[in-house]
Amino acid sequence: MIRFQNVFKRYPERGEALSAIDFEIQTGEMVFLTGHSGAGKSTLLRLIGLLERPSRGQVLVNGRNLGTLPRREIPYHRRQVGMIFQDHRLLPDRTIFDNVALPLVVTGVHPREIGRRVRAALDQVGLLKREQATPMALSGGEQQRVGIARALVGRPPVLLADEPTGNLDPDLSREIFELFERFKYVGVTLLIATHDFGLVNDLRHRTLTLDAGRLVGDTGAW
Amino acid sequence: MGRRRLPRPPRKPPTPRARGPRFLERPGIWFNQHLKTVIETLGRLRANPLPSIMTVAVIGISLALPSALYVFSENLRAMAGGWDQTAAISLFLDLKVDDQKAATLADQLRNWQEIARIQLITRDQALAEFRDLGGFEDALDKITKNPLPTVLAVYPVPEHASPERLEILQERLLDLPEADFARMDTLWLQRLQAILDLVQVVALLLGGLLGIGVLLIVGNTIRLEILNRRIEIEIMELVGATAAFIRRPFLYTGAWYGLLGGLTAWLLVTLAILILQGSVSRLASLYHSEFRLAGLGFSDTLNMLGASILLSFSGSWLAVNRHLRGAEAH
Repeated sequence: MIRFQNVFKRYPERGEALSAIDFEIQTGEMVFLTGHSGAGKSTLLRLIGLLERPSRGQVLVNGRNLGTLPRREIPYHRRQVGMIFQDHRLLPDRTIFDNVALPLVVTGVHPREIGRRVRAALDQVGLLKREQATPMALSGGEQQRVGIARALVGRPPVLLADEPTGNLDPDLSREIFELFERFKYVGVTLLIATHDFGLVNDLRHRTLTLDAGRLVGDTGAW
Repeated sequence: MGRRRLPRPPRKPPTPRARGPRFLERPGIWFNQHLKTVIETLGRLRANPLPSIMTVAVIGISLALPSALYVFSENLRAMAGGWDQTAAISLFLDLKVDDQKAATLADQLRNWQEIARIQLITRDQALAEFRDLGGFEDALDKITKNPLPTVLAVYPVPEHASPERLEILQERLLDLPEADFARMDTLWLQRLQAILDLVQVVALLLGGLLGIGVLLIVGNTIRLEILNRRIEIEIMELVGATAAFIRRPFLYTGAWYGLLGGLTAWLLVTLAILILQGSVSRLASLYHSEFRLAGLGFSDTLNMLGASILLSFSGSWLAVNRHLRGAEAH
């Protein structure tokens, strides 16, 4: 589903962020991406979501070579990749419902269908009763769950999460990861960047480790 | 966290999409999205009334100025057009010439090839007309002898209506022994026409300049709106909004500004005419005229609204093109 072939990413200001990255993730795998801050985890995720393009090498998602994807095709690629951010990236002036509905609205889904799917997504993250609240009225863990609902409402085959539990206490973090595990069982491919080594060791999923832009560890599938 | 259902399995890996205009793929959705945007953008303007009203007012005033100047010059033209029937030359005869001699002279002049028509105004007729004008009754009653001369109103044939030809005709008429003096009446009309032409060119220039102003005002307003909604735009790009989808509300906002600004301009011009109508009618009645100010006609109004919408839309289009390039991969 996701394949990196000898990928380099160089920034003019800070030099090489990723060097010679090679790996492949199968459909329905749940993979952790670990490493210290600045190891290149976010950069790697940004390449998959086509927020950036590699300096060298190839990134393939779902058989599509992202390097040759024309700019106007980027939105259609992003609909296949749900993204979850540490800072949630929610719109503070919109309700939870509207935030989660956004990916469907931009795709032109019928309003009736939007209502149904948004409620299904909110139900999955346990926030069905808060759909009319605004993000500011929610706790950090709840906001993150809204972000997750928004990422999965479009039913993308790939979910990327960048430090999804960075601001959460251990119990809430565990809850979020349990949520991710359920997606894995329905065939979603997940790549989760985290530096929560404790949780990574407990949960026993395939783990890629980055250090200073190089892939230094791959546990392989468990 | 309560009851939870497992998410549905993702659909089979999507096949590469067929190329081509997307509105052809799903016309109903395409139309619905546009209609929704039209309503939403109006709602957004209403939600933020003060800045919206100020922008609309600036557009309205900018367009009202040249439009008012245009209406003013059109009215003057209509008024001047009413005087096309004025004689080109008024020939005042010597006071010693009596009505019979004047009639003979008029008959004689009617044979001149330069002259199309002669209207004889006898001294009594002139006095009666003067009395009708009002305000002079008392003064006239005190005068025992009619001080007004006989007047021959000379209408030239069209070929001799140019100022140079008229001057030659005037000379010829003055050579007549009965003539006292002659006045060319149409010269000032021709000057007025030239001034009106000038006023309309000024209106056009002013319209052009203020039109560019409208373009820049709307462009700047939309630019600020885009900057205000940066975060929202970024998030929409992250979840897969196309460039067209993100641009659409800004373009419609520009069109709304144009429509509302154009209507404001129409309202301003119409109000100005209503206010002036009373004074103009009074003035016209003093000149024995039924003249009434004409407002913006139907097609003028449509033109103005069209121009307003086009200008505002172009302004927002420029801003959108400069500041919204769509999802980018760096």
